[in-house]
Amino acid sequence: MEKMPHWADIVLIPLISLLLAAFLSALVILAIGESPFEAFKLMVQGALMRSAGWGYTLYYATNFMFTGLAVAIAFHARMFNIGGEGQAMLGGLGVAYACLYIPWPHWSLALIGASLGAAMFGALWAFIPAYLQAKRGSHIVITTIMFNFIAAALLNYLLVNVLKPKGSMDPASAKFPEATHLPTFRDMFSTAETILFRGSPANVTFFVAIAACVAVWFLIWRTRLGYEIRAFGFSESAAKYAGISPVKITVVAMLISGALAGMMSVNTTMGESERLILNSTEGAGFIGIAVALMGRSHPFGVFLAAILFGFLYQGGAELALWTNIPRELIVVIQALVILFTGALDNMVRVPLERLFMAMRKGDA
Amino acid sequence: MDYLTLLQILDSTVRLGTPLLLACLAGLFSERAGIFDIGLEGKMLAAAFFSAAFAYVSGSVWVGLLAGVGASLVLSLVHGLASITFRGNQLISGVAINFLAAGMTVLVAQDWFGQGGRTPSLMGGARFEPITLPMAETLRDVPVIGPLYYELISGHSILVYMAFAIVPLTWWVLYRTRFGLRLRAVGENPAAVDTAGVSVVGLRYAAVVICGVLCGIAGAYLATALQAGFVKEMTAGRGFIALAALIFAKWRPWYALSTTLLFGLLQAVALRYQNIEIGNIVIPVQFMDALPYILTVVILAGFVGKAIPPRAGGEPYVKER
Repeated sequence: MEKMPHWADIVLIPLISLLLAAFLSALVILAIGESPFEAFKLMVQGALMRSAGWGYTLYYATNFMFTGLAVAIAFHARMFNIGGEGQAMLGGLGVAYACLYIPWPHWSLALIGASLGAAMFGALWAFIPAYLQAKRGSHIVITTIMFNFIAAALLNYLLVNVLKPKGSMDPASAKFPEATHLPTFRDMFSTAETILFRGSPANVTFFVAIAACVAVWFLIWRTRLGYEIRAFGFSESAAKYAGISPVKITVVAMLISGALAGMMSVNTTMGESERLILNSTEGAGFIGIAVALMGRSHPFGVFLAAILFGFLYQGGAELALWTNIPRELIVVIQALVILFTGALDNMVRVPLERLFMAMRKGDA
Repeated sequence: MDYLTLLQILDSTVRLGTPLLLACLAGLFSERAGIFDIGLEGKMLAAAFFSAAFAYVSGSVWVGLLAGVGASLVLSLVHGLASITFRGNQLISGVAINFLAAGMTVLVAQDWFGQGGRTPSLMGGARFEPITLPMAETLRDVPVIGPLYYELISGHSILVYMAFAIVPLTWWVLYRTRFGLRLRAVGENPAAVDTAGVSVVGLRYAAVVICGVLCGIAGAYLATALQAGFVKEMTAGRGFIALAALIFAKWRPWYALSTTLLFGLLQAVALRYQNIEIGNIVIPVQFMDALPYILTVVILAGFVGKAIPPRAGGEPYVKER
């Protein structure tokens, strides 16, 4: 017997967790002497009331969709890919190599090429931890954490010693050529009279991210591979009994996960900075964890959660600009969301289940 | 390289290895009891901030140490609540704790001191001062042993000596006391411990609390002994290096000492020499930075002596009904 209806599981629990996180965040804001209502109003105004605000919100949301999907895919195979950050960094490297060394005739081709580069590099970075988990039983969480640090060191080395143009002091690659610059929302949606999304970094990659959400949904629920991934995640022994190879699923799921995390860099590196910079990921790989948990590992949930976090990010930047509240407030909110939707899930779930049980008994 | 340079490098190895050692032993208690803890970093960070803040305000480093341990304990209990009481995912809880600490320290620091997420510099009694061991000055001129004693063994803060003393203590507690036996058992086979009538929940909370105290000392050491004050993100991945060291040490106290000193040595060398040239080959500083992590992956892969974690690690214990 199901303890509670499906909608409660996927809508009510994340919602309650979110409210708990919001409540605690409001207390934090109150404690540092600001008004939570004013702060929230400012966030909404800054992030949602102007097209430029939306431009930033959706730009951040694009990053979080990719990293959220990456974590979600791994969750389906019951793996915790905490290495999205490193995979995204390597993805940036793939973008940089594709944009700098291949003379693309048009941005659309460059977008495809750079996406492939990013996906390949990201997948490669996920491959080693995946292989070690599948073949040698090394814990994937630990190895992917280690690979985040190794990626940071590798990128630092390459930017300082290899990719940095001569005479430049910045640890960053050369500017990408003009032909690889992606159209921004401003280029796409502004008319002659009104300029929309002025100065904001949202770009065509947003639509690639949406396509990725759809593709992941299709993969997970409409293909044989997706079925195998879910079966493996549900019960490894049952999957084995059904002839599904654990090694294959572990490796393939992590490759897809790494590829998705890597593709985040198309948005940041190609769409925004138009060169590879140090720390282009800005922690988006970790936010993917919160997004996947909040979105219940469903691509549509990830989509919504990514937009929510995009709003928080942009709103948080506005807060830092106009009030005494530093940007780190967002890190706190993110932590609370991870805590409540992930680790303290049972704290919300168990009382709710009891409530539904009691209601059902009342009906009967 | 002359003898004095070597001693100086070893001296900074001890300084840099101490926070790793404390955090590693913290993780050892927790993981031996079956609670994975990737939140060492966050606990250290919180302790670093609160120790520096309270030491600055009170002027006493001991008050700071207490506050740091307290802050770390609060996070430990959150971890315990999530992973023991509510049987949540311990890894996710650890991630949340790391972010909570990263965000809250800056938020509170900005609110209290308004210096962009740092505390004012600590001076005088608000810091742990180096202790000169007896006879260090007089013996200094004795060849070989004199400098060794003066440079390397003497002249550290009390926390360093404490950290080194905690190693045999940990060994003794884990392997020679009833509590230690039960603690190890609860990490391997909690059902057996439960059958014997010992509280799994109680033991695991005890382990998590010890972990919090040790992480607290580690964080306080960073902000009040190694450096003079808190700066944003000052742990800089040390919690994860400690975690790496714990795996490298195969969850054993004496090995923990040697691996944390090894990783401390790597940090000391990277700090002193940037790029190292050996003949025609240049080892970039970034490689030295990444080496602890690379070594850990190699160990985890089991190519050089396999590291096997406690069997019940990461799994919440559910009593049979």
